[in-house]
Amino acid sequence: MSEPLLIVDGLEVALPGRTGVTRAVRNASFTLGRERLGIVGESGSGKTTMGRALLGLVPRPGMVTAKTMSYEGTNLLACSERDWQRLRGRRLSMVMQDPKYSLNPVKTVGRQIGETCRLHLHTDRRETDRRVLAMLEAVQIRDPDLVYHLYPHQLSGGMGQRVMIAMMLIAEPDLLIADEPTSALDVTVQNEVLRILDDLVRDRGMGLIFISHNLTVVSSFCDRVLIMYGGRIVDECLARDLQHASHPYTRALVAATPSLDNPRAELATVARDPEWLK
Amino acid sequence: MITVGGLSVTFRSGRGQFRAVDDVSFEVAAGETFGIVGESGSGKSTILKAIAGLVPSTSAVLEVDGRPAAQRRSKADRRMLQFVFQDPYASLHPRQTVDDILREPLEIHGVAGADEKVQKAIADVGLLPTHRFRYPHQLSGGQRQRVAIARALILSPPILLLDEPTSALDVSVQAEILNLIDRLRRSYSLTSILVSHDLAVVAHLCDRIAIMRQGRLVEIITADALRTGAVTAGYTRELIAASRGFTRAVA
Repeated sequence: MSEPLLIVDGLEVALPGRTGVTRAVRNASFTLGRERLGIVGESGSGKTTMGRALLGLVPRPGMVTAKTMSYEGTNLLACSERDWQRLRGRRLSMVMQDPKYSLNPVKTVGRQIGETCRLHLHTDRRETDRRVLAMLEAVQIRDPDLVYHLYPHQLSGGMGQRVMIAMMLIAEPDLLIADEPTSALDVTVQNEVLRILDDLVRDRGMGLIFISHNLTVVSSFCDRVLIMYGGRIVDECLARDLQHASHPYTRALVAATPSLDNPRAELATVARDPEWLK
Repeated sequence: MITVGGLSVTFRSGRGQFRAVDDVSFEVAAGETFGIVGESGSGKSTILKAIAGLVPSTSAVLEVDGRPAAQRRSKADRRMLQFVFQDPYASLHPRQTVDDILREPLEIHGVAGADEKVQKAIADVGLLPTHRFRYPHQLSGGQRQRVAIARALILSPPILLLDEPTSALDVSVQAEILNLIDRLRRSYSLTSILVSHDLAVVAHLCDRIAIMRQGRLVEIITADALRTGAVTAGYTRELIAASRGFTRAVA
């Protein structure tokens, strides 16, 4: 693997609440190259919080600490809000789970996508429009001129997700964090969206962090997978080896998932071992 | 046990009408678990609602337990069919305890011996007696879905209608709930219809599966055919391929 894009060592996210401090991410370490890295885990395992921490999006009073968190040599831990604004959207960006809640309902699709472009690339109006239309075409929207003028509520789920991806990619970031980008979509649409992401990773040499709870999708789409449990990265393996993982939690998740290929009379349930949290 | 012939459901809105279910026919034998799969908007949930009499429908035949199901259901009709909904967060009353939730159907139908029935239902779905006086917000998603299943089963209905019962749950919890459904349907010889968008879930529990697309029934296949891919319709093949995960085109 070439020089890593992102180096994370000993990442901790602490979220103070009424009943004390929740350690949402505990001592997480990994590196990311120009590859597709999957992060899987059940709800509450800290995968989304980790994604947000990488973008400096953990809201106060949440605290992010780490031994190292650097992106192409930039120390992310020392970034001011101004530095973050220059990085986010331009160099690293994040596709959120639900296009219905993450798009601005009162702005047309074209203007929302264009905003990112104008802000980061300082393009004029004509150039912005040209790039927006090209981007909409790149995410395989059939009639970009029409969709440009639509409002988010006029889009289907799959189209909304493509618009989100277009918006996140227009400034040509090197690293994209996609948080459950296909979970709200039908399976046939899901694969179209994955194909778009896949092409972009390959053609632009982007790094992709793909957060998902769906083992089938992650094992078929990603190169490498991190498995999170209780805020920790408990296991790491090549995506194609997920079926034969060694960690008991990973094995349990695989065995609990109904499969078309390996029918089971009864699904295995996950027995949790407090040792995993040590 | 359930016969559906030429079932159609049409929703009227301001601008016109939308045919959510279009001329669908199938039969479910006593004790069978019948699956319905399809993508969003395919009409799969609407079929369940039509069978339960929750939406107005037209059909040539709609029989439950050998008797025609009227558009307006009597109490006895309603007792035959019980529903488990997708979202355990939305389908339980937030201000009712588990005890209230389970007691309500018994009161509506004037069933005696509520106390023992509630206790038994709680034990049946693998909850503890201590859960009985909790509110839904004090329970996890899986526990809530257990309460919803207990509520459906407390009237001992012969038929259970399951609308995406595990879609909102983590895989480990999904496994527990699917195992629970499997155990209960055997011990009570339930006839059930399971609606899901997840082919693997449906293949796990059902013997025969209807594939729906845009309100129409594409075909009815066996779980084995679903696993081996021995299907006739192109759409079914496409759906199975997509469910097996992402395939990278060979460059």
